[in-house]
Amino acid sequence: MDFLLWVRGPAFNVAVAIFVIGVVARLLEILLLGRAPSHSEPKGSQVGPGIAEIFKRSVPLPDIVKRGAVTLVGGYIFHIGLFITIFLFVPHIEFINSVFGVRWPGLPNPVVDAVTVVTMVALVVLLVHRIRQPVKRMLSTSEDYLTWLVTFLPILTGWLAYHRIVNPYPLVLGLHILSVELLMVVLPFTKLMHTFTVFISRWYNGAIYGRRGVQS
Amino acid sequence: MSSLTLERGLYDLKAAIDAPIASFFSSCVHCGLCAEACLFYVETGDPKYTPIRKLEPLRRVWEQEYTLFGKLKKLVGLSKAVTDDELEEWKELLYASCTMCGRCSQVCPVGNDIAYMVKKAREGMVSSGHAPAPLVGAATRAVKIGSPMGVKWPAVQNQIKHVEADTGLKIPVDVQGAEYMPLLSSMEIINFPEYLGALAKIFKQAGITWTLASKAFEATNAGHQIGSSDIERELVVRVVDEAERLGVKFVIGPECGHAFNAIRWDGPELIGRPYKFRVLHIIELLDQLRAEGRLKVDSKVTERLTFHDPCNMARKSGIVNEQRNLLGMVATNFVDMPDNGIHNWCCGGGGGANSMEEYEHLRLKAFGRKRWQLESVEPELLVTACANCRLTIEEGLEHYKMEIPIAGLTEMIAEHLKEDESAA
Repeated sequence: MDFLLWVRGPAFNVAVAIFVIGVVARLLEILLLGRAPSHSEPKGSQVGPGIAEIFKRSVPLPDIVKRGAVTLVGGYIFHIGLFITIFLFVPHIEFINSVFGVRWPGLPNPVVDAVTVVTMVALVVLLVHRIRQPVKRMLSTSEDYLTWLVTFLPILTGWLAYHRIVNPYPLVLGLHILSVELLMVVLPFTKLMHTFTVFISRWYNGAIYGRRGVQS
Repeated sequence: MSSLTLERGLYDLKAAIDAPIASFFSSCVHCGLCAEACLFYVETGDPKYTPIRKLEPLRRVWEQEYTLFGKLKKLVGLSKAVTDDELEEWKELLYASCTMCGRCSQVCPVGNDIAYMVKKAREGMVSSGHAPAPLVGAATRAVKIGSPMGVKWPAVQNQIKHVEADTGLKIPVDVQGAEYMPLLSSMEIINFPEYLGALAKIFKQAGITWTLASKAFEATNAGHQIGSSDIERELVVRVVDEAERLGVKFVIGPECGHAFNAIRWDGPELIGRPYKFRVLHIIELLDQLRAEGRLKVDSKVTERLTFHDPCNMARKSGIVNEQRNLLGMVATNFVDMPDNGIHNWCCGGGGGANSMEEYEHLRLKAFGRKRWQLESVEPELLVTACANCRLTIEEGLEHYKMEIPIAGLTEMIAEHLKEDESAA
């Protein structure tokens, strides 16, 4: 019980503090670098295409669908799976409501359970692909495997806790919360930061090419 | 160029990093999809050609200089500094196997503009002395002689004489107050002299006033290719000075992709102010004239033809429909290749890659993409609007023994102009 109290109390506060300060610091680190002003005659606007690109980038080019099928399909499944398991699982919504006082409808537990299994399978497939596919293996560093692990652990421990597979329950629930804290601490300082910066990078891409009048 | 050092190179890499680049590196998840968009990787299957990997030196400079964690790592000696040997190794990756075609920039799921970063990384390659010798030579000639291929004004004058004799039309030179000032590329002057005559005929029919500038005829920008903003600026300034002195309303970029990119998009950023004239690509101008009914043809090409979209024109400048409108006017059997327009595959010779003889084998291998596209539509004629693409494709076709003639769009239109039509 002491362990559960600790992960829910001091450890959680520390993790949230590192997460929030880390994310804000990283965003400032990027945005404060600024950008040189443009003097060339624009052929299109930046704002519309910049915002549009944030959404449009989620749709891959047809020839890339064929060439990068595993990465794309696996990536889609686990991102959607993460969203569902994090935000549409009723106990998570209850927790968010207890902190922020907002709630929304969740999905039935058996559905979230199935999604969780699919998400874990997708992550395992992507890990194997990362190790075996030459381009990804070459690009990968220890950070890629660390981030895989800290993403996978909360899902695994959450699933174990839900099914009461590990006893006692407070231990596995504590491990689940601890794994989320680990994820929060690691996120701002690794490629997991793309959770936030993807909106900036897609925006810049859309703005750069939008200004040049390129219809993507 | 005596003070090319690693320190200067690292300084320039550091200076090149802005908010977009920091966001791009922060967002990269090592998914490897950029490789699937790159003709050099797709055709060779060698992972070292993965676009984002070409930026590893720049990425490390960003990490070590602009991230809290990277600075800490550097402080305790956990980070690997960028070395001369590494930059030398990256010469192949940043120049020979990258044409800055930007197809990866379009495919990256997190939106990284990899081509933009390659251009910036080249700045550090130049100042650290690791730019390829053929490009250094071209840049030096461009600055000292006025043209990367060593073409001087008398050579152009000579061509003017030929064109005037052939067409019976006067080529205006240094005319104050003319409306349009077309630029030429060295490659056109040397390899495709038809272009100048085509301009004369078209402008005559359209009834517009134009002039060549004897002090700024050259559009090719070796500074853009090698990645030196100082040299690029110097070459842009020559054009800007003359265009503003002559008081022209429009400067017309030639059928040369990077030259257009340099004068259209980079130039104003480099000189820090807008121009007093507008810049159009010749194909944009021709399509405008077509739309206004000032361009009329009396015959059409009937062969089955296709169009190769130059990267700098389509993907980087959004000029896609214009050439198709013009082809609609002058051809009866136009068919697009798969992956056309802004999704087109690069010829493999842009961004200076073409000038590196020692990598011809790589270029020809990468040409496999173009070969596949062409074999998909089996054209009797290939049309494009970039002298550099044209030359690279000619080499590729010859190597693979594919007998497809190539034409520049401007000269094709000029050949089919209605003879007696004259608004002058």
